Amino acid sequence: MRTEPRHRADYLGLREALGDRLLPVLVAAMSFLAALAMAGALASATLAARWQQDATAQLTIQVPQPQAPSADGKTPRLAAVLAALQAMPDVASPQEMSPQSVSALISPWLGADPAALGLALPGVISAHWTGATPPDALGPALAKLSPGTLVQTGALWAGRVAALTTSLQGCAAAVLIIVALVAAAVVAVATRSGLAQRRETVTLIYALGALDGDIAARFAARITLLTFAGAAAGAVLALPVLAWLAALAAPFAGPAQIADSYNLPPALLIALPGLPVVAAGIGWGTAQLTVRGWLRNLP
Amino acid sequence: MVKFEDVWLRYRHPARQGDAEAEALRGISFEIPDGGFRWLTGPSGAGKTSLLKLIYLAEHPVRGRIEILGTEAAKISRRDAALLRRRIGVVYQDFRLLPQLSAYDNVALPMRLARRNETQVHADVTEILRWVGLEARLNARPDELSGGEQQRIAIARAVVARPKLLVADEPTGNLDDDQAFRLMHLITALNQLGTTVVVATHNTELVKRYPAPRLDIEHGRLTHAD
Repeated sequence: MRTEPRHRADYLGLREALGDRLLPVLVAAMSFLAALAMAGALASATLAARWQQDATAQLTIQVPQPQAPSADGKTPRLAAVLAALQAMPDVASPQEMSPQSVSALISPWLGADPAALGLALPGVISAHWTGATPPDALGPALAKLSPGTLVQTGALWAGRVAALTTSLQGCAAAVLIIVALVAAAVVAVATRSGLAQRRETVTLIYALGALDGDIAARFAARITLLTFAGAAAGAVLALPVLAWLAALAAPFAGPAQIADSYNLPPALLIALPGLPVVAAGIGWGTAQLTVRGWLRNLP
Repeated sequence: MVKFEDVWLRYRHPARQGDAEAEALRGISFEIPDGGFRWLTGPSGAGKTSLLKLIYLAEHPVRGRIEILGTEAAKISRRDAALLRRRIGVVYQDFRLLPQLSAYDNVALPMRLARRNETQVHADVTEILRWVGLEARLNARPDELSGGEQQRIAIARAVVARPKLLVADEPTGNLDDDQAFRLMHLITALNQLGTTVVVATHNTELVKRYPAPRLDIEHGRLTHAD
């Protein structure tokens, strides 16, 4: 009977040399952290955009001595300012706050019945600014009708929120860079360990005429597979945690998000599948560099 | 052609820097024409293996000029050096078979590295295994083979890709006389087909039975060159 050869394609024996589970597990952990960092960056950007929009659009107009006559002397100041706001195309839904609402608003500072203190409370109107440019000219215009009228927007808070968001995104980017560097270091160590285990084999293959690129490609292919698998596992494991965090953050994001609490942002759903690809790329590149550097020591 | 001009080789011995004994080869010069055959003889530790390592590009000389198959060794790129190594068949003293591969895959390795197609690999490997009498052991791993069988696999691997230069370090060391002479038949047959051959040995019987020009080496110096 004729014997047929059984061919083994993995002639470097890398399935054994790079076969342990440590590398995929460490890469999975890195991928998990990267997923959290990406989610943090995206969530902070989304929430900040919403908060900034709300803060800059919200107008609070304080009219001192609301019942005193306005500049035309015919109508009370509060009514004159309200009428002027209603006539402006860039101002939406101006509404006078009732004295009870104003009292409730300032009760933490002045107690439950501020009127009892004999203080002259201003009239307050709330509205939304829909203009494309900041409402800088609104205050002076209203002050002509009612001297001392103040227009407040959330611009100050919006600026602070923007700064906080930038900081959070910077931290997330730093985390991603550190995770990538640690992943590259882990891959380099694993590759060097594989080279040490297969030193005799690699030097023989080299002596038989293998190109540096051939040997590096063998290692890189194996490492790419392991890092892809590890990162995919990490990303999948991150999904329930991210959904839970999304549910926690939903009340800050508005009514639509509360209804869909466990829905992750579309940008994150696009970015997550990219994690294994990026990890595999880091693995491939690091393995190539490590093996080629090691081979440089051979004659 | 293999040409050495005043070649010196020194191994790194950090603890013995400057010590003359660290020099493995001193002022070696010789020339082997294309298709030539040379015995490389000398006592153990004389420098035979070191000289062979220089021929198959496993070491760099500290001084001198080496030309292998028409290429000056010091002037080629890493890629060209790898391609040149593919034209050199090497039989190592310690066989250096890959333990995780079968006899067949060990022999096929040089052809696969040279990206020959599997049909040709199968035909050539099967033929050479038959020639060395191991066609029935093609799926055996090195640890399942005797020392003589391992040596025959190592020789088969060295010649399967029909190298232009064959370098053998004690190729018959683990073989009985019959096997040794049979393998020398293969080597001389390859030589007659145009392969340049250098065989290191201290088997004087073999040298007498296959008379050919000799390079004698002692204490790292060439003492005789035909």
